[in-house]
Parts: sequence; structure tokens; C-alpha cells
Amino acid sequence: MTRDAAPPAVEMRGITKRFGEVVANAGVDFAARSGEVHALVGENGAGKSTLMSVLTGLYRPDTGTVAIDGRPVRFRSPRDAIDAGIGMVHQHFTLVDSLTVAENVLLGRQGQGFRLDTSTVERELDALGERHGLRVDPRARIWQLSVGEQQRVEILRVLHRGARILILDEPTAVLTPREAAGLAAALRGLADEGLCVVFISHKLDEVLALADQVTVLRRGRSVGTVDAAATDRRSLARLMVGRELLPEDRRLTPTAGTPARETVLEVVGLRAEGDRGRPALDGVDLRVGAGESLGIAGVAGNGQRELAEVVTGLRRATAGRVVIGGQDLTNRSPRAVAAAGVAHIPEDRLATGLVGGLDLAANAILRGYRVRPLTRGPLLAGRAIARFTDRLLDANDVQAPGRSTPAGRLSGGNQQKLLLGRELDGRPRLVVAVHPARGVDVGATETIHRLLREQRAAGAATLLISEDLDELLALSDRIAVLFEGRVVGEVESATADHEQLGLLMAGVTGQPGTERAGFDGVPIGLAADG
Amino acid sequence: MASAIPSPRLERRAAPSAVASAVVPFVAVALALVAGGIVLWAAGEPPVAVYRAMLDGAVGSRDGVAETLVKTIPLLLAGLGVAVAFRMRLWNIGAEGQLYLGAVAASGTALYVLPDAPAAVLIPAMILAGMAGGAVWAAVPALLRARLQVNEIITSLMLNYVAILFAEYLVHGPWRDPVGFGFPGTPRFPDAAELPQWGTTRVHLGLAFGLAAAGILWLVLGRTRWGYEIAVAGTNARAARYAGLPTARNILLVMALSGALAGLAGMSEVAGIGHQLQRSFSPGYGYTAIIVAWVGRLHPGGVALVAFLLAGLLVGGDALQMELGLPAAVAPMLQGAILFFLLGGEALARYRVTWRRPTPIPGGPAPVVEPG
Repeated sequence: MTRDAAPPAVEMRGITKRFGEVVANAGVDFAARSGEVHALVGENGAGKSTLMSVLTGLYRPDTGTVAIDGRPVRFRSPRDAIDAGIGMVHQHFTLVDSLTVAENVLLGRQGQGFRLDTSTVERELDALGERHGLRVDPRARIWQLSVGEQQRVEILRVLHRGARILILDEPTAVLTPREAAGLAAALRGLADEGLCVVFISHKLDEVLALADQVTVLRRGRSVGTVDAAATDRRSLARLMVGRELLPEDRRLTPTAGTPARETVLEVVGLRAEGDRGRPALDGVDLRVGAGESLGIAGVAGNGQRELAEVVTGLRRATAGRVVIGGQDLTNRSPRAVAAAGVAHIPEDRLATGLVGGLDLAANAILRGYRVRPLTRGPLLAGRAIARFTDRLLDANDVQAPGRSTPAGRLSGGNQQKLLLGRELDGRPRLVVAVHPARGVDVGATETIHRLLREQRAAGAATLLISEDLDELLALSDRIAVLFEGRVVGEVESATADHEQLGLLMAGVTGQPGTERAGFDGVPIGLAADG
Repeated sequence: MASAIPSPRLERRAAPSAVASAVVPFVAVALALVAGGIVLWAAGEPPVAVYRAMLDGAVGSRDGVAETLVKTIPLLLAGLGVAVAFRMRLWNIGAEGQLYLGAVAASGTALYVLPDAPAAVLIPAMILAGMAGGAVWAAVPALLRARLQVNEIITSLMLNYVAILFAEYLVHGPWRDPVGFGFPGTPRFPDAAELPQWGTTRVHLGLAFGLAAAGILWLVLGRTRWGYEIAVAGTNARAARYAGLPTARNILLVMALSGALAGLAGMSEVAGIGHQLQRSFSPGYGYTAIIVAWVGRLHPGGVALVAFLLAGLLVGGDALQMELGLPAAVAPMLQGAILFFLLGGEALARYRVTWRRPTPIPGGPAPVVEPG
């Protein structure tokens, strides 16, 4: 560590960033040096992306300082950050599909004449790709490239602009294991050439395999920076989840002495593909009984969303079965699933569960508009709809100026209460709730949790998907942990401990031979160019 | 550094501003008149006098009003058709072709299927045939969209040319009037096929079709389950899927209805005005209908109002040509300018211009405004 004398390539001190009442970063310190690969880990909402957005000039911090190579900087825009040698590779690529690689690299560059000089850039990209093991044909159009190649284009673009500090947001999330191994080798090579490489990740195995230093964020604060060589998965997981869990007296206690419950939801060997056609569910088995609540924990992107969508009929299963109340509903329409008594509180209320541009009455009747008394023949029964809407708003504590307000105008909490009220109306047999209290205030959270507990008490089965462990512990009898599309473990809420859950969420099952490494065991040094 | 200077940017509003939404069409028309005035002035014509002549031609006399009403009929019917499709975000720009197919089907009925039927049979038959012709033509892009996700904008547009050329083939070929002195057109319809006209004017029963269609559509869209499904699917397609609405079926039904209304416009043109099928009997009513629907805010009442206004613009444009010797292109120019300013104005209803740097919200949609 001879470079210790030089100032760090990046030094962020006391970064605080608020969004309304949410404190995304609370006095975060972060430093990374040239020549090292530095991993930034933490649960969802720990503040990783916000911190990197501050570093790349997307956000301005409320307080705190940023220094690059020891010189204080104040970025007013991403352009300033680029000029200072900072390059970011986002999880969602920002390439223009119909243009070539070279044209994409030239996009947004200043000082270009009317005619694009692509041939020079093509030569330069060839040379850069050769040198860093990031080969891609500069003349190819983006749509012709695989996801892994597109990512290489993103990296090359940043390098071509002369970046000395390279930031990658969950770079392996979209890659196959082989591509991930190729990326790992390339990043190591870049660090060896003196670049500072920072990457955000959830996968502890990958972090340990690739990073020199690891900084852990938890709830908007930096918990610490550790030497990757001197730590292990267990201690990293502890740092990540390490807060005190919900006290046991506030956890859900299983209804005492209940005999074997009638099975409401049974999922057997379920497989499904994600949006990009990669396997998202890889043989999931679950069982939820009447009056029972099963929580699904896991780091985002391990198949939770797909699980909810397949169960509710919004996504096709490629294998396996979904049986609800004894009825096989695999790959049936969302309408058939709803008709079987399934309530669905989707992940994204305004994009999926509500129609923001229509009024509250129109939203209230979304499930029930086909049946009496809300409908008479082909006509909607205006008065019955008004009464129904008022009752729904009232019973679920939705604060709204009136039923003709567009749903999109309500606050997040009130939107969610409206959505829950509608879905839970009429005694559902199964409630599928995804992040039911995400982004809502404390009062609304309490109402939402109360409504879900009432359903359980009334005998409904609940499948609760959440990234908030406290929420899971407070509302579920059991918690199953999803990792890379599989259930890697199931624990009783009453006896769950944080270390156990944290390790499961990181994919560490503790049984030798069953662990699933982030790189699927491909040795980094030997990794071929994917 | 350039970024230190505040620059105007568009910031999305949480909900479209109600005031802006209401004012935009009027401002758009006013700005279009100003822009058109600049063009007229540059061409050496006094804008005010030209506009006065247009107004006079369109609504300044009994005959002018009558002609404006005559041209309102196809614009209203086709405009309603376009509006119902646009409500579900089905971009049917094939109203022109659907109108032609409706006219072809109605003409065939009058000339070859029921040439000897009395009016009480023939006219309803022509209405049904015209609506069916338009509906079938619109069902082609609808099926492609519902089953194969083919973009209906392209297919519906392309089918316009097919329909227009098909009608042309008929009037030049198999349906050509043998005693037509070489004019491309079918023989004249039997008298029973003529829609009754109002007094000595050319205003015909088609106006009643249009007003009835507007009324029925208003009820269907606002009061029925089906109208509700269209509103949900047109506002949030994901929510429609989530709630299990029959989207594929509704795509077909809505497009068919859209085409049927355009087809009825075509039927009423040949049965009410032409009394035969002629080549290019429509001066692009199906395209102007898009402007009618959009400026009318996709609302049946608005569509009726705008159809009348744009019809007046067409009639006024014709008057310019006849009385001042100006090119008839003045009217389409103003139409184009109105749509242009309207679309620009829509942006201001949905976005606001700020000179500040907006505060980004991480990963979230537009900031939610608390009610009240």
C-alpha cells in the first residue's frame, strides 16, 4: 500500500441528502483509492444509489464535501462530474439501440463538428477494448449486442471520455455467470492500471471475490469500511442487516394450538422467466394455510416480483403449478385468479394497481364493476357506486377531498389505503401483498398493517413480499427467503434472528455444497472473454 | 460554466392543470390565426379582410351556414370514430380509408344488392352496410394489434391508400357508369337511396345520424361498463391487465366502432350529397377528423363543436378561393397550425416551465401533490 500517502481518488465526507422527510444519506463518509476495486454494499434503501448520485453530480448534497484526488469539488451537473474524470455505468443502460457502438460513444460529446468522425473513434474503441479485455465491434449496432456486450459499451464510453473513477451500479445483476466472470477480470485489469473502480452490489460472494475494500451502508449511514481479504460473508451480512430486529413481543405469534390448517395456496416447482428472458424463478415450493401469513424475504431482484406476478396470473409460469383453494390456477388469467378470491396488492400501486388519471370512484370499482349492485345490465349504477366508494374511503381511513378526485392526486399512503380497501373488500381467500407499506408515512403504515392482520385473523392466507424485515416479522408467521429464484430457507418469525436472515438473504445457506456463489465458481483469473 | 446559468426546463405536473387544459384549445386557435395572418401578410394579403371574408363565407348567410352544416356531418361522424379509438389509446388514423370503404359498401348496396327496394328498406340497409364496411376495414389493424402487437398507426394509415385506390378501381372499372361521359363515377343511385334534405339546402339526414351518434357515444362512454373499461384501458393499460379487463376483445370492439362511425360518414356522403360513388369524394375528411377529435378533447360534445368550426373553416376557405382568388390551401394551413399549437399547448397543461433546477426524486414518479 504505497499509495497510502497520496490523497484518495474519491473522498466524501459527511454527505447528507434528504428527499422530503426521507433521509437517504445521513452524514456518510466514503473514500476510495486509485488502483483499488471498492465495493459498496447494503440493503435496498441503505443509500448506496443516492451516495453515488451525489458523486456523479446527479444530486447536490444538503451538507458534506466531495474531494477528488484531494481537491474539493462542487458538481453542479453530471457534466461537471464527467469533466472531473468520474464515469458511471448504470444498471439500466443508456444506449440508443439503433446507433452503432461508436455513435453511442460520440453522443453528447461536445466539440463535435457537423459530421461525426466515427472512424477515429472506432479505432480508439478497438484499441481500448483490446487493452482492457472489453472487446466489442465499434461498428455493430446496439440492438445486435448481448446485454453483456452492451455493458462493455457503457464501460468503454466512460473510459473513452477519460474517466479515472469508474462507478458501476449492480453490474452483474443483468449478466450471465460467464459474462460476470469476464467483467470481473476486466475490472481488476482497470484497477491494476491505476483506475479507481467502485461497484454497488448485493451479492456478498461477488464482493469478496472481486473487491479490495468494502464499505457497508445501513439505513443511510456508513457502518464501516473493511478490507475484503480480512472479512467473510458472515461478518459482512451482520454489518448489512446488523440492526436490532423487531423485539419478539411485537412479532407475530402463531395462533396457538391451531390444528393443521387447510391449505389455501400451494406452489409446486414453480419456474418463470424475468422480463429479459432470464430465469427468475427456479423451482419454488411454498405452502400457505388459511389464517396463516407467509413472508417472503430477499434482496430485490431475486424473484419476488415474478413470484407475485405468476401467482396472480400476470406472468406465465414455464413449469410448476399454482394451486389456490384446491383449484389449479397455473397460467390462468388475472381475472380467473381474482375470481378465485385472490386479492393482489401490487408492487407499484400507481403503475399497476390504480388508474391515477381516473377518479376515486372509478378506482374503487376496478374489481367489482361487473357485479351487482355496482352494475345494472350494461350500465354502471351511479348511486350504488357512490355509496360503495364512500364506504370504502371511510372504512379504510382514506383522506380525500371527494370521490371525484383523481387517484393520482392522493398521497402515497392514501393511495395504498384505497388500494388495500378495494382488494380486501369481499373476504379474499388469499392476499398477495408486495411491499405494501413502501414509501408511505408512519400512520398509513399502521393502518395498512392493521388491515393485513385483520385479514389473517379472518382466516385469509397471506403471501407477504417485503424487503423490510421488521414488516415481515410483524406480519408473518413464517418467513421464506428467496435467493436467485429459489427458496433457500424458511424460519419461524417468533424465533428468527438477524444473522440467520441476513445470511440467507445473501445466499449463504450454511450447508456445504449448496451455496450458490455469485460467479458460479468460475475462477476469475481464468475467465474468458464472454 | 454553462450549467451555472439557469435554463428553462419542463417539469412534469402531478396532474394536468385543469385551467390550462380548458384554455389551451382557444389559445391554440388564436395563435393559429396569428400565425396564418403572418403568412397571409407576407403573401401580400390583408389578414383581417381575409379572415372576415372566410367568416362571412362560412356563417354569414343562410347558404353559408347550410354548407358548413353539410361539411360538419362527415367531420362529426368520423371525428367521433377517431375519438372513441383515441380514448383507448388506439391510434386509428385510418378513418379516411374506413370512410371510403363505408361509402363503397353503401354504394354497392344501393346499386347492386337492393336496387329496387323502397327507401324504408334501402336506407337502413345502406347504413348497416356502410358501418359494416368501415368496421371491417378497422378490424384489420385491430386484429393485428390485439393478436400480434402490430402498431396500428402504420397499418391503419396504409390501409387508407388501399381503400382509396380500391374505390378508384371500382369507379373506373366494374362499377363505372356506362353513360357517364367518361367521368369516373358509378351510375346515379336509385331515388330511394337518397337521404332526405332539409328544405332547399343540401343539409341532409346525416346530421341527425351525427348528433344521435354523439349523444349515444356520450352515454356509452360515461355510463356503461364498457365505457368504463375503455377509460381504464386508455388511462393505464397495466392496471387494465391487472384487473383482468378483456383488453384484446375491447381493442377489436372499439376499433370496429371507430371504423363503423367513419363508414357511416362515408355512407352519408354518398347517400346525402353525391348520390353516386365518385373518385375522391372526400377531401380528406378522415384526416381532418383526427384534428377534430383531438381539439375536441375526445369528448363527444367537444367533437361536435369542433367539427362545426372546422367545417366552417373549410367552407370559408372555399369562399376565399371563389371570391378573392386565394388558394384553397389557406384552410388546411390554418387547420395544420391549430393542431400544431394545440399539441404544443398540451405540453404546457402537463408540464410547467421552470427556471430552477428541479429536485430529483430517487427512483420515484412525479411528486405527488396533497389534495387541497
